Amino acid sequence: MIENEGKGFRILVTFCVMFLFWLLLSGIFDALHLTAGVICSLIVAVISYDLLVVGKRNKTLVRSFRLLLYIPWELWQIVLANIDVAYRVLHPKMPIDPRIIEFDTSLRSDFALVTLANSITLTPGTITIGVRDGRFWVHAVAKEPAEALTVDGTMQQKVADVYMEW
Amino acid sequence: MLEVIVVVFLALGVFFLFVGAIGLLRFPDFYTRLHATGKCDTLGVALVILGLLVYHLFYYSDTPLVCVKLLFLILFIFISNPTATYALMKAAYRTGLKPWKLGDERR
Repeated sequence: MIENEGKGFRILVTFCVMFLFWLLLSGIFDALHLTAGVICSLIVAVISYDLLVVGKRNKTLVRSFRLLLYIPWELWQIVLANIDVAYRVLHPKMPIDPRIIEFDTSLRSDFALVTLANSITLTPGTITIGVRDGRFWVHAVAKEPAEALTVDGTMQQKVADVYMEW
Repeated sequence: MLEVIVVVFLALGVFFLFVGAIGLLRFPDFYTRLHATGKCDTLGVALVILGLLVYHLFYYSDTPLVCVKLLFLILFIFISNPTATYALMKAAYRTGLKPWKLGDERR
């Protein structure tokens, strides 16, 4: 039974996250609300523990930590993306040269693919159209952002580092 | 001083939302228009909420949990907005909408 390995741990982590979420949203700390929160978090944790924590326990914590390091870089990329779009929109000649590109990645897990797809959409000049078996279809608004993905591959490398899939 | 920071956040947010709206009108086809709205709306709304968050934190500091809720709003917008953009893109691509290329007529 490899599937059930660490089931208790996963339920515990889900429960903690859900209860923290409950506390932050309710903001009332009397016995009635706390009990209701514990019961609801328990039900949610038992039903959906396999959605939040995927994979083995020893890797999950490391991954979450690495994801936290990845987020600031991603936020900075979002700011750059918006400045880029603002420049292209407001420039009188509108310097766009749209194209669709395809490329392969070595990533396979769902979380890694979703992270990369959303990151591509949020970074300058590119939007994900589709993903299948690690192959990405991306719409790029000009030549430079397309080459940043196909030639440099900085973002693929960063996401692979986060999820440790090389 | 505090008002200045809040106003800067709000003004930047409104600027990006405005740019997104202009891009929606100026860009030539569906895909490029999604570039404008998908990105600018995300940061624009996030900056507006950030401005409100700073304002609330200092003027109504007796209820700090509201700031946490605003932070959650930003988080969920950052997850759902690119996902929605992606869904629209994929739907358009699957129905066979041809992307605009340099030199084509404006649609």
